[in-house]
Amino acid sequence: MKNKILRNMLIPGVVGVLCVVVPAVLIQLRVINGYTAQILTLAGVNAIMAISVNVICGITGQLSLGQAGFQALGAYGVILLTANCHIPLGVSIVLAGLIAAFFGFLIGFPTLKLEGDYLAIVTLAFGEIIRVVLVNLKGITGGPNGKQFSTVFTTSLTYGAMISYVAIIGSLVLIIVLLQNFLRSTYGRAILAVREDEIAANSNGVGVFKYKMVGFVIASFIAGIAGALYAPFIGFIKPDLASFNNSINALIYVVLGGMGSVTGSVIAAFVLTELQEVLRFLKDYRLLIYPVILILVMLFRPQGLLGTKELSFVKCWDGIPGLWKKITGKLKKNNTEAK
Amino acid sequence: MEKEDDLVLRAKDISIVFGGLKAVTDFSLDLHEGELVGLIGPNGAGKTTIFNMLSGIYKPTDGVVTFCGRDDKIRVINKKSPAELNKLGIARTFQNIRLFGSLTVGDNVKIALHQSRNVSSFDVLFRTFKFRKDENLMTEKTEHLLEIFHILDKKNELARNLPYGEQRKLEIVRALASNPKLLLLDEPAAGMNEQETVELMELIRFIRKEFNLTILLIEHDMHLVMGICERLMVLDYGRVIASGLPNEIQSNPAVIKAYLGSDYEKMVSDSTEGSSGAKEGGAE
Repeated sequence: MKNKILRNMLIPGVVGVLCVVVPAVLIQLRVINGYTAQILTLAGVNAIMAISVNVICGITGQLSLGQAGFQALGAYGVILLTANCHIPLGVSIVLAGLIAAFFGFLIGFPTLKLEGDYLAIVTLAFGEIIRVVLVNLKGITGGPNGKQFSTVFTTSLTYGAMISYVAIIGSLVLIIVLLQNFLRSTYGRAILAVREDEIAANSNGVGVFKYKMVGFVIASFIAGIAGALYAPFIGFIKPDLASFNNSINALIYVVLGGMGSVTGSVIAAFVLTELQEVLRFLKDYRLLIYPVILILVMLFRPQGLLGTKELSFVKCWDGIPGLWKKITGKLKKNNTEAK
Repeated sequence: MEKEDDLVLRAKDISIVFGGLKAVTDFSLDLHEGELVGLIGPNGAGKTTIFNMLSGIYKPTDGVVTFCGRDDKIRVINKKSPAELNKLGIARTFQNIRLFGSLTVGDNVKIALHQSRNVSSFDVLFRTFKFRKDENLMTEKTEHLLEIFHILDKKNELARNLPYGEQRKLEIVRALASNPKLLLLDEPAAGMNEQETVELMELIRFIRKEFNLTILLIEHDMHLVMGICERLMVLDYGRVIASGLPNEIQSNPAVIKAYLGSDYEKMVSDSTEGSSGAKEGGAE
């Protein structure tokens, strides 16, 4: 029993650390060049956004079309907090996430009391409001030209790529771990119950409104963190960050990866972000790739890559001996047949 | 009636109106501790509507419902939400099964244990010792309950993959998990064969004793109703048309009329076997 707990903690822990450390070392040794490193890091930000959308759409079961609005809040929030209030970067990233969470609370409060897809309409409007406000508040946000951000993770050219990578992928791993802990607990089950059947959840002592709110506020917080990490990584942001397009991009990752599967949407976010870069030689035609993939997935695997299942490293580890036996068994069989 | 201090639930003249339709009119009910009362009536009589009012899903337009909760305090519960009522000690099952289909059988039960949790979100996020202890306790309780209903071996299956009869059982297990004082069963035997119904009757008797429950049940299966209910209420067009002991109800002309129509009334009263008439009506 004790061993099992230890093993269940150790395996994901080791995988998580390896995901951060190995590429970071490779980036530092220039095995992975600066360009690839930047794409990997950007994919990390996209993955955090995908997780945010998954928490609200896949796990809580409420459609949100404005998560990019929360991301923009986080991004501009972190700039204002560090540049104007001189708060250290690490603290202001968390604070920016909390600001986004607070706005999530304000929006969720009236909307989530209703049954149905009202949240989709309200969040759609919210994203647009944020964008228009950012465009017009020229004094604070720099207007449509965007805002330069001087406090990037680091200006050092030798360590820059590596530090950005570690900061963002590290945050991604931390978010995944904490979220999985939360979801695989009594609270997570309560949120899932609300997704499955509101009336039955309510009759079994799960306050439906409360847990919809919990889901939505967590999703807003994570989106805020994604924005707050994006700003110091890119060093320059525009109000376009809050655009509808951006929200839909994140939603596509989730639909492809599997509604309700955190690991699925992370994988989808990484693959699609990389794919867009790999297919650069196609010029503008590469924009056709998303829709084509989406149509194919809907035709052949409507539940998405992983459905509602999670990729479990513990189970993979347990599966290795069996797989090994299968492979060696097959090889032996082939050998005997060849003879 | 019996003495007042063991009263669990009292509904006094509750009515509900949907648009212009008065679905239930002046329904009154006293439930005493440990009682097992059946609510019967033809389709569309308003039985499930009454359940929905007692469990907080609908709010009665008129009348007062009082409930003596687990803490022995008597409260008016008209305006409380289903979740609040569940915390006070009312649990229910549904006529059209409402399980959490894509979750496992075990998780379905554990969700009902959520309100008895003993952990904070901090414990959960960092998987503290307290979290593990609480989780183990929940697993133990869940397994104990599933064992009683003989579905422990299905613990890790998805709820929607269970056969119909076991889904019904799982709903009862889930309702029991919240440790209720009053259990509302909405057609627990619907879709079960005779053998399963007999088993279910035994189970209902057993859990009533074991968990010290007061039970109100809606049922179409007359065999089950007559077999285990101590008291029956018959509903037609939203009104109580008869109430009393099962054998009194069986021969009550108003009940026979409601079930079989007025033409049959004469036929049945001519014959001596009033009971078989009511039975056929229930099987419809």
